[in-house]
Amino acid sequence: MKQVRPLSITGGTLVTPDGLVDGTLRCDAGLIVPGDVQDGDEVVDAGGKLVAPGLVDLGVFAIDKPAFHFGGITRAALMPDLSPPLDHPARVRFMAQSGKPDMWVHPLAAATQGLEGQQLAEIALMREAGARAIATGRKWIGDSGVMLRLLQYAAMLDMVVVTHAEDAGIAGKAAATAGEMATRLGLPSAPKEAETLALARDIALAEMSGARIHARQVTTREGLDLVRQAKARGVAITAGVTPAHFMLSDLAMGDYRTFTRLSPPLREEDDRQAVVEAIGDGTIDVIASGHDPRGPEDKNLPFADAAPGMAGAETLLAMTLTLVRDGVIDMVRAFDLLARNSARLLGVGAGALEEGLEADVALLDPEAPWIVDSREMAAAAGNTPFDRQPAQGRVTMLWKGGVAIDL
Amino acid sequence: MTSPQNASAGSRFPKGARAFPHRDLIGISSLERHEILYLLAEAEQYVAFNRQAAKHSEQLAGLTIINAFFENSTRTLLSFEIAGKRLGADVVNMYAAQSSVKKGETLIDTAVTLNAMRADAIVIRHGSSGAVGLIANHVDCPVLNAGDGQHEHPTQALLDALALRHKLRERGNEAEDFTGLTVTICGDILHSRVARSNVLCLQALGASVRLCAPPALMPVGVERMGAQPFHDFEAALEGADVVMMLRLQNERMDGQYIPSPREYRHLYGLTPERLALAREDAIVMHPGPMNRGVEIDSAVADMATRAIITSQVEMGVAIRMACLDVLTRKARGVVGWGEGEWV
Repeated sequence: MKQVRPLSITGGTLVTPDGLVDGTLRCDAGLIVPGDVQDGDEVVDAGGKLVAPGLVDLGVFAIDKPAFHFGGITRAALMPDLSPPLDHPARVRFMAQSGKPDMWVHPLAAATQGLEGQQLAEIALMREAGARAIATGRKWIGDSGVMLRLLQYAAMLDMVVVTHAEDAGIAGKAAATAGEMATRLGLPSAPKEAETLALARDIALAEMSGARIHARQVTTREGLDLVRQAKARGVAITAGVTPAHFMLSDLAMGDYRTFTRLSPPLREEDDRQAVVEAIGDGTIDVIASGHDPRGPEDKNLPFADAAPGMAGAETLLAMTLTLVRDGVIDMVRAFDLLARNSARLLGVGAGALEEGLEADVALLDPEAPWIVDSREMAAAAGNTPFDRQPAQGRVTMLWKGGVAIDL
Repeated sequence: MTSPQNASAGSRFPKGARAFPHRDLIGISSLERHEILYLLAEAEQYVAFNRQAAKHSEQLAGLTIINAFFENSTRTLLSFEIAGKRLGADVVNMYAAQSSVKKGETLIDTAVTLNAMRADAIVIRHGSSGAVGLIANHVDCPVLNAGDGQHEHPTQALLDALALRHKLRERGNEAEDFTGLTVTICGDILHSRVARSNVLCLQALGASVRLCAPPALMPVGVERMGAQPFHDFEAALEGADVVMMLRLQNERMDGQYIPSPREYRHLYGLTPERLALAREDAIVMHPGPMNRGVEIDSAVADMATRAIITSQVEMGVAIRMACLDVLTRKARGVVGWGEGEWV
């Protein structure tokens, strides 16, 4: 669907990269254009609410439009961990078209065939087919030689490699982080150094190869320190996290609630605080949903037997707004984390209210209260770790390329 | 034939169901000290009862107890079966190797199926931590945990406490609990549900607990559970009143944790020489099955005055009878245990 009539959103506060601006946002032919309301425009009164870019969700495991739209997400980077994996150009091309017109899916090319960490996949052909970046999937590439060659190849293609920072040998079959909670619950656990080690190696290889890497989830104090130091040295590394790791600690796993079974697993409280600090000081660049709706057949099981993953698309924005209310970040930075930075990593012309970018726009009431309820989610499954938690902030209108989406 | 009497009558424990206000027995972690003592007190009558020639009562007559074991077991299954039968219940054993269950039916469907067969109590062993609690949420009858993964094995901790108490009494120590005692638990702590339940139970009863294992088999954070971790077995034995040995749970190991059984014995085997480091009359326990010549030498395991390993097995039946009795009182309409009296 193409935008047929120019749109002007008036009477709102625009969240722009340079700050909050009271004014009008005008969109024409699917793009954000300069200027004020003109005759013939469709005019929407924002009623004093926030006008923000649609979210660009860097790292989801399923295309789940109702959940994305509920959460104000207009673009999502799809992880290659599908069955079969996104390791073939034809599958990439198909997935890249799968959400249009009202949701754009940016497939991430599997780094290796079958995501097995051994043979490089046809990355350049997948780029041709629409892959926006490369991802190792939910696995770490254990063979450092393979990882080095992957990064050299990615550097040549100038594509970001989205990594999973968890040393597989240490992580084993762990379902929890080693600590008092895992010991009390008797869960198979791995020390959090699994993340530190994986990051240290990947950073060294990135430095060698000159590749850009994005550690999709950095969840420990030591891991964040490594990223901070690497950034200071000028390594092309960015880091992400999901709300689970700044909202929850491993205490949430009490009662063996499998909705808190995540990969990487929840960490201790000190690490949660470190994540919040890292969001505040700029070490973390991206907050993503990691959206992975899982039904009872995957979740209504003993904790360690359950599949990891959470339905996160609906709560992504509201949970990030808690950081704004707590004074960790301001509203502009919130949307850098949720949209602008991930759009840049993917190289797509969206993610900010800037002239010439795609008119992916959300009208947001940042104070609107609601309660997360796993039984009444828009997502394909209700496996949220934030069940029954009060939340604030809701998208009331959403446009993709200047075309309104029915919410 | 003497039928077991209701020992709680006139006792110092709270009246009726307030003495044990739980529908299920999932773990020691959810029990208060007085509730543990109550179960031990209730078990005493069955110790005497079981020592008679004719040991059958009709207390649970008409009730169906299902022992659903999703993991290998000989002694625990047998112990629960005998306990149920001695109380007159109809006991059915369901042995489901985990693999076959994993192929098709989910655990919850299995639980619902057992529930639909109108079991009056279900005893469950499962290889995953938390699985028994999960089943308990889907059935209407009391659930007893006979071991879930590396989480808890509450009846084992209770029977250990009962066996220890009997040995102490035999030696003239009439104390109700274990205040002042030091208990050293040595072995594969990481994979042991017995260790976890025992740490909680022994501490609730006043003992101080030392845990000893090589670093790879010692879980993180045990000191925050109040236990004192050791890697040096000899240091851990120093002055201990009770030494509890655990076997290596090779079936739970994901990877290699120790080089060989021979090397393990060299560092962590309980030999008579090592036992001499503990208190002079220190009591030796083992939940079984023992690997003689690995974690415990025969010379120690067979010390009649100090090893209470067979007494542990005997107490197991009594404890399980007490647990089945207490948890089915509501269904049987025992006065004071009826509807609406759960806390």
